[in-house]
Amino acid sequence: MLYFSNLKIFSVLAVIIITLLFAVPNFFGKDQLETFPNFFPKQQVNLGLDLQGGSHLLLEVDTEEIIKERVENLNADVRRVLKKNNLNYSNFKVSNESLKFIVEGFNSEIQKEISELSMSNSQNILAMGDQTNLIITQEENTVQINFTEEFIKQSVSNAVAQSLEIVRRRIDELGTREPSIQRQGSSRIIIQLPGIDDPDRIKSLLGQTAKLTFQLVDTSVNFDPFNPSKAPIGSEILESDADEEFKYIVKKRIMVGGENLVDAQPGFDPQTNEPIVSFRFDRIGATKFGRVTQQNVGKPFAIVLDNKVISAPVIREAILGGSGQISGGFDSEEANDLAILLRAGALPAPLIILEERSVGPDLGADSIEAGQFAAIIGFIAVIIFMIFVYRYFGLLADIALIINLFMVLGVLSLFQATLTLPGIAGIILTIGMAVDANVLIFERVKEEIRNGSNMMNAVENGYKRALSTILDANITTLIAAIILFFMASGPVRGFSITLAIGIFTSVFTAFTFTRLLISFNAKRLKPNFVGLSKNV
Amino acid sequence: MFNISGTQINFLKVRVITFILSAILIFLSIGAFFVNGLNFGIDFKGGTLIEIETSQEIEISGLRDNLNTLELGDVQVQEFGSSKNLLIRVEQQLGGDQVQQDVVQIVKDSLGSYLSSDINFRRTEVVGPKVSGELIQSGAIAIFVAVFAMLVYIWFRFEWQFSLGAVLALVHDVILTIGVFCLTQLEFNLPIIAAILTIVGYSMNDTVVVYDRVRENLRKYRSKEITDLLNLSINDTLSRTIVTSVTTLLALLSLFIFGGEVIKGFTFAMIWGVIVGTYSSIFVAAPLLRYLDVKREWNTTSAVDSTR
Repeated sequence: MLYFSNLKIFSVLAVIIITLLFAVPNFFGKDQLETFPNFFPKQQVNLGLDLQGGSHLLLEVDTEEIIKERVENLNADVRRVLKKNNLNYSNFKVSNESLKFIVEGFNSEIQKEISELSMSNSQNILAMGDQTNLIITQEENTVQINFTEEFIKQSVSNAVAQSLEIVRRRIDELGTREPSIQRQGSSRIIIQLPGIDDPDRIKSLLGQTAKLTFQLVDTSVNFDPFNPSKAPIGSEILESDADEEFKYIVKKRIMVGGENLVDAQPGFDPQTNEPIVSFRFDRIGATKFGRVTQQNVGKPFAIVLDNKVISAPVIREAILGGSGQISGGFDSEEANDLAILLRAGALPAPLIILEERSVGPDLGADSIEAGQFAAIIGFIAVIIFMIFVYRYFGLLADIALIINLFMVLGVLSLFQATLTLPGIAGIILTIGMAVDANVLIFERVKEEIRNGSNMMNAVENGYKRALSTILDANITTLIAAIILFFMASGPVRGFSITLAIGIFTSVFTAFTFTRLLISFNAKRLKPNFVGLSKNV
Repeated sequence: MFNISGTQINFLKVRVITFILSAILIFLSIGAFFVNGLNFGIDFKGGTLIEIETSQEIEISGLRDNLNTLELGDVQVQEFGSSKNLLIRVEQQLGGDQVQQDVVQIVKDSLGSYLSSDINFRRTEVVGPKVSGELIQSGAIAIFVAVFAMLVYIWFRFEWQFSLGAVLALVHDVILTIGVFCLTQLEFNLPIIAAILTIVGYSMNDTVVVYDRVRENLRKYRSKEITDLLNLSINDTLSRTIVTSVTTLLALLSLFIFGGEVIKGFTFAMIWGVIVGTYSSIFVAAPLLRYLDVKREWNTTSAVDSTR
């Protein structure tokens, strides 16, 4: 057991030295690292948001809203088909996920027509080869129409993917440093924003769906903005963005939507010096907008954002150039944000913020400093204690402990794992627990000596006998760390990572490095080197 | 010189006393759980937490009264490490996840107008009802899964008697740790779950070392009386148990004293857990084996044998 072949010695030292090399960059500044030769590792430990400062947001896509919208579209499609075929329906009920009505003369032809229309309106959602997205059941004159489960699932999944993309665009527009935007589970999005400790602006940018529409104002009815009567069919009452008491009555039909915008930029109105957002339509949008404005000169139209009227200017002349501007009493930051939202596009459904955790840069820096100090003090205390108990062997264990600490750092840098505040706690805990493997071995060695073995045999047997105990003891802690890794997220997960790495490095160093050190000195070892008095 | 090798302490002689002590502590813990309950942090209860640092000392009661006029329900203000660092907790608002977001702005505005000193917002956490519900559930599941995994592992590596004894000791440790949080009313949050899981690992680690020696001695001394054999095994491993506990506690104490406020509760749980875990492996896990009818004839081919 104490004999090591040269190859073994070489590989043990190689593993240790390589891991240590990966720890080195953490002790230099970024500028100094630039001057290092190319082959040298330059990755530093990835600091968690709780240490470097930053903001973590957990969002959820409001999936109910998506399904609701799908059902509403279906509702319109079905009514259109029924009307076209001159069928009289009654008891029309729209529930969360289905339509139900009573109708006479509903046959497979009409069923097919509904299916086809609904299919053609949801082309981009279904996978290739899907025959239908509807389940239509008929019992005498009662018809019920549901979406297939697959279609609902796919709709939600598409909406979440789309939301992810739009969230990314909006955040990129703000010029945030290295944001991380990831999907979590079926309908959630995790956003990590290093360096941002007050995410108010981002939260407000993400809090809007930013659905922009241009709709004509309904001028056919007499209308008191502060005391609106019921809107006629085909029109709706919307409130003003600036003053919720002030209402508009606008036609439901959308002239042009935000999806036809190609650009939006903040600016100032040259005459009034008021902040504005100027925009440009794509070709289809420009044509549509030109046609509607041509036909409605002299009438007002409403610019509607998320169901609120930003402004309702009067069309002075046909707008054929495909560009225009929005003014609505914003300040310049509001104009800027609106431009960002319009460029990034509308969210398919509202986002709900489920969780926010933000840490300022000061607290992060304080935590690192306190953690480092605690680590050093704990380290010194353990080192002294080990020498006190095990003398020369204690010193060997201490050297292994130092190597161990750097290895943990090296492995963290190598795998670019994230170091968090609980992660630092994990390292400090490792300082305390890493000596355990060596303690188990040394205790065995002492025992062997007490039972009359000579030093060489004692060390040999000590290692052999301690092996299974060390494995059993460390596997239990490892199991706990693994469970923690899968259950936790964020900072706490960082703890499980350092704990697990610490277990591996400490077992590794005990079985290779300390053993190597002992084998180099085996012949000169005397019982008192293990902390035993000579006369035992 | 530090030397606790070769001790011959009769640990099992006091087993009735330590069993009663443990029973009382468990009883107290369960009692405290139902009387006081755990003081859940926002991770599990939902709500808003804001840590601020001010340039001047702030009179807490005045600030608390001011914040309580905001109609946000219960608002707690406490010192956090120094009199210039304050922790403000606002309870979860009714009305779902979206509403929680408004609280931060309301509190920030109110602080800005009430306090004349500069305010540095060090930390802001908002946890909505959906997430807090999930966190408490996954935390509880994690602890159960961990204990169960230990049960299975020990069963595989030893025999069911050992597995049962070890898990009883483990449950003992978890109950006492939750109990101390009920008694002290220290905040119980996500990192505490991590601490409990680590305690589960650590306590198991300690127990396994003792059990390993029991198994070895069972093979070595086939005719030795079980009580003597357990005593011998505890004494054989006592030195290691103490040395490892001391080094772990040294590291944890350093973290507790110098590691900063944010991590204090976590470290406290760990320190408590190491003490309880060490106690339980000597005074609960090992003595329990006496009642569990451990097998003396070991099939040496089954488990990995460390004693040949």
